[in-house]
Amino acid sequence: MLENLKIVFHQGKQYIPDPTTVEVPGIFRGRPVISLEKVDETELIALCPTNAITNQPIQIDLGKCTFCGECAMRFPEKISFTKEYKIASNERERLIITEGEDKAIEVNPDTVRKEIHRVFGKSLKLRQVSAGGDNSCEMELNAANNVQFDISRYGIDFVASPRHADGIVITGPITKNMAEAVQICYDAIPEPKIIVLVGTDAISGGLFADSSAIDRSFLDKYHVDLYIPGNPAHPLSIVNGLLDLTRKLK
Amino acid sequence: MNYISIKNNQTILLSDIPESNYESFFDMNFGLISGHPARHCVNYFGYKAGNNVKLICCIADDTTHEILVSTCLVHKTHELESFSKELLCFEKFEREIHENFGINYIDHLWLKPVRYANNRDDKSQTIANYPFFSIDSEELHEVGVGPIHAGIIEPGHFRFICNGEQILHLEIQLGYQHRGIEQLFINNKKLLQRATLAEDIAGDTVVGHGVTFAHLWESMCGYEAQLDTEFSRTLALELERIAVHVGDLSGACTDIAYQLGSAVFGRLRTPIINFLQEWCGNRIAKGLIRPGRNQFPFTQELGERLKHVLDVFEPEFNEMSEKLFSLSSALSRFERTGLVSNEDATKIGVVGMVARMTNLNRDIRSSHPFSLYSELAHQPILKRHGDVYSRVQIRRKEVEQSLQYIRTLIANIPAPTENKSITDAPKPSSFCLSLVEGWRGEICHCALTDKKGDLMIYKIKDPSFHNWLALALCVRNNEISDFPICNKSFNLSYSGHDL
Repeated sequence: MLENLKIVFHQGKQYIPDPTTVEVPGIFRGRPVISLEKVDETELIALCPTNAITNQPIQIDLGKCTFCGECAMRFPEKISFTKEYKIASNERERLIITEGEDKAIEVNPDTVRKEIHRVFGKSLKLRQVSAGGDNSCEMELNAANNVQFDISRYGIDFVASPRHADGIVITGPITKNMAEAVQICYDAIPEPKIIVLVGTDAISGGLFADSSAIDRSFLDKYHVDLYIPGNPAHPLSIVNGLLDLTRKLK
Repeated sequence: MNYISIKNNQTILLSDIPESNYESFFDMNFGLISGHPARHCVNYFGYKAGNNVKLICCIADDTTHEILVSTCLVHKTHELESFSKELLCFEKFEREIHENFGINYIDHLWLKPVRYANNRDDKSQTIANYPFFSIDSEELHEVGVGPIHAGIIEPGHFRFICNGEQILHLEIQLGYQHRGIEQLFINNKKLLQRATLAEDIAGDTVVGHGVTFAHLWESMCGYEAQLDTEFSRTLALELERIAVHVGDLSGACTDIAYQLGSAVFGRLRTPIINFLQEWCGNRIAKGLIRPGRNQFPFTQELGERLKHVLDVFEPEFNEMSEKLFSLSSALSRFERTGLVSNEDATKIGVVGMVARMTNLNRDIRSSHPFSLYSELAHQPILKRHGDVYSRVQIRRKEVEQSLQYIRTLIANIPAPTENKSITDAPKPSSFCLSLVEGWRGEICHCALTDKKGDLMIYKIKDPSFHNWLALALCVRNNEISDFPICNKSFNLSYSGHDL
């Protein structure tokens, strides 16, 4: 008993008091900023492994970006990654960063479905489905629930049965072999329900977008309520994204 | 003999691999493995060569540190004798060859699909109609779990046949994670695309697969990485090992409902992965390993910082481990649960931790050393009981060993050198094989280039490919309630298997 108390005492305070304002350590690659500097655009565009960079004007689509940081390394005067981890939005277009603009990526409260705040504002139960995810976003979703990030303090939990869930969280590009299971799981969730995509693979297919082994037709059928980019998404991006979606008032 | 002996990361001409007919290919490889526990098959795969299928078999010899490569040409209409009938370790390789090319084996134990690969031979087989074994009995019942599991983990289907609470048989069906990654290695021509793909093979083994690809690519281009690059790779591999092992200890505690261990080990993983982020900007080290480049040189300041992180981590880890391993309620769940005997492990051909916990010495770091492991004079940690206890304990011991290696490494950080980039393209008509010991076990990548030097075949083998069968067999005669702890103690990869 005494030993247990000693261990507990040695842990100190592990939880992050406010995950909406805390600073991440090190050189985290979060929301990029693009300057108006002139560079060899053809080379810049050709560099990106997922064709996330386009020109006129130069833009980076965080839904496609793998956050490898290669563009910032080759063209440091043009692109730099900030430590800003709030990069989730309910609108796909907001994930696109344009040169010369340094503005936050946000959930737009005007376009969030009305019932979300009312029904899920205080309690949100989610069913996670990995559909070709490489286990990195899955690990970070688990980390969002550890004693440090502790997402359950906000009434957000991951549950075992879709029947108990208010929404589905999809990771991975959705493989052909998993497409049916995703559909069955979604159908089993009672209305109203939300869809959250976590990670680049889920949002755009990422590196797998052109693979003939994936089937993303599920996403054509439904409205996606939240996009959380990252490769993998950082637990702070996940926590903040879900809070902004459900808590933000018009 | 009709094979060529190569070293780890050696590139040879395709024409240097001796070709024989299937009968002598079979007899020779059979003779190499049978009765030689120090030899095992690290990769056995086929590829289309015109109307025929070319098979390449790679057998590693752990005592002589060589890999014996041989090849043969077969046709779809040939009915072949299978290795698997006598040598279980070939079971999945032959199923894969059957699934991808329609090669038939006359005496294979069970030619069931491996992963329903997108380019499989028989498209009428779909994942929805997998032919499970069943036993017709009024006393037995079946339990189906998955593909979606209760927690936040990857998908796979487990079909149990139970007698009351006792598991008689478990069949594991995978393939849900198949993304066609080997084909993407060929389709995507940019090196950066391939390097990032390698990091996405299994998101829990980013460094392991990343280093394997980097070694293989560098060897094919005739490039030798500098000391500081190999230093970073070794360090990253050991950090990844600590992070995952600590996370697994947390998982093991969760599965026996030991809340304190679960929370403490769970949070102890954070300082390690946060250090990776300080070093390379990503918590699981995506972006750190690149062929021909030391992307994020390890500085003296980072060394100081890491030393501090470990100084805080180590006593806290030791305190929690000591508590866990002296807790009778935990030990009673671990001991004699999910047994794998040394004999079975050898037969199945398991690798990595799962081999070492049955006293089977398989560790690429000592048998086919790469990066700085020769300098570290790595000694594999062996356990002999083969139960959950051994698998949990080996993690504790390997964490302690990795901590020691990291301290040795950072005591002598090599000065950063100017990056000299890869100038040459891969050699044409060549073959290369690269082995790396990731935290889970032996990772093997093989590549073949065509006459122009373009990548023609890229073959990936995650250690899970060998080890899934050991999990399925070890739960027999255990209670079904012990399945989660057995599963966690193996912690196998779905995406690494399904590719």
